[in-house]
Amino acid sequence: MSFFSFGQTAEIDIVLNDAETRKKVEHKTEDGKRDKYFLFYDGETVSGKINVTLKNPGKRLEHQGIKIEFIGQIELYFDRGNHHEFVSLVKDLARPGEMAQSQTFDFEFTHVEKPYESYTGQNVKLRYFLRATISRRLNDICKEMDIVVHTLSTYPELNSSIKMEVGIEDCLHIEFEYNKSKYHLKDVIVGKIYFLLVRIKIKHMEIDIIKRETTGTGPNVYHENDTIAKYEIMDGAPVRGESIPIRLFLAGYEMTPTMRDINKKFSVRYYLNLVLIDEEERRYFKQQEITLWRKGDIVRKSMSHQAAIASQRFEGSASSEKALSQAKDEDD
Amino acid sequence: MSEATVADTRRLNSKPQDLTDAYGPPSNFLEIDVYDPQTIGVGRNRFTTYEVRMKTNLPIFKMKESCVRRRYSDFEWLKNELERDSKIVVPPLPGKALKRQLPFRGDEGIFEESFIEERRAGLEQFINRIAGHPLAQNERCLHMFLQEESIDRNYIPGKVRQ
Repeated sequence: MSFFSFGQTAEIDIVLNDAETRKKVEHKTEDGKRDKYFLFYDGETVSGKINVTLKNPGKRLEHQGIKIEFIGQIELYFDRGNHHEFVSLVKDLARPGEMAQSQTFDFEFTHVEKPYESYTGQNVKLRYFLRATISRRLNDICKEMDIVVHTLSTYPELNSSIKMEVGIEDCLHIEFEYNKSKYHLKDVIVGKIYFLLVRIKIKHMEIDIIKRETTGTGPNVYHENDTIAKYEIMDGAPVRGESIPIRLFLAGYEMTPTMRDINKKFSVRYYLNLVLIDEEERRYFKQQEITLWRKGDIVRKSMSHQAAIASQRFEGSASSEKALSQAKDEDD
Repeated sequence: MSEATVADTRRLNSKPQDLTDAYGPPSNFLEIDVYDPQTIGVGRNRFTTYEVRMKTNLPIFKMKESCVRRRYSDFEWLKNELERDSKIVVPPLPGKALKRQLPFRGDEGIFEESFIEERRAGLEQFINRIAGHPLAQNERCLHMFLQEESIDRNYIPGKVRQ
């Protein structure tokens, strides 16, 4: 910004070509606010225009070049000076010269690779943005526009259930089972806890979802744990042979896909923590990692098929199974 | 093949529960009462003892019913033994009430009825909390405290196995 009444300055405005049709999503900023940004996927082209508007009419704008960059970078909060850029593309829009009037420049970054999902966390931020720069001798004029990238996956080929027997010898033995090890963000965790031996006085049981953000390497590894959800699944004292069902809908919680060793800089992993609390407030727990993934939106099939699947929610319904196969035949 | 967009939330299959397990006595029965305070001795050599009666069906305890007499310093001994030998955070005992043991008080000091009742309740809460702890149940000192007639302060500390 120029404080002198002589000289010229300009405003840059970045506009995407598909601004009208492209979907926007909410994303948390570093200070906790939620803003909406354009949503992109890996491989999509990023194209648009930058409008350079001269502030003082009649005066010329001298510059050392105008360019636009597409950047994907990881920023560690404890090392702010160093931005780790994993995607860095640049397009020159104008050679050094003079601008006599406001102008618009087109740009296109074709089929840009966006390998990771946008993430704003406790100690690290991964972001993608467009940056238009008018280079000048004393101070550049810059404008940034953030976008959000989601990484999509499909149903994993192998998705075994998690089933384990744990306990304290001669005191408490349980067998816990979760129907899958990989869940998408709108999935349901279906499971059960079976009590084999109960020699302590249990008051209640809950299942927590814990998000662990790991930053740093070697001796400077730092874990940040955040309990995303606490969900009580049992109130009261169970005895041997009892089975407690679990049905936990993930869509209600704010979560990201599991991110493993992103660019060797950070990880975001999710754990289910089964917690039993006894009469004296002692806590017994078992933590188990789950993998979360993001499913793409799918166009809905015929309503009858949907209704048939919904009726199948009630266990052991023979008529609903018949309705399902019938609806499926109608569909195909 | 069309992909289901509604998740299957049916319960997982589970073994039916045995009726004797469902309606029988639970395997975690443990009750300890601290009651019947008796002040023994005369003058400055008095002290109060309490009856500690335990009923349980936990297999780790050799006796399913036991009844012993303990005084406050016995409870202190147990707390110290557990703090030294185990990794447990031991619950607090009711206060030592040193002020009550000073002379020239208007009341009976530590032999005041209301104080004894307060202490009795605190000791009962203490012993129930610690006896239910799975790790404390492995300590010899706890078993000796609850089930042996007198506490041998020269015992060899150790673990109890089922």
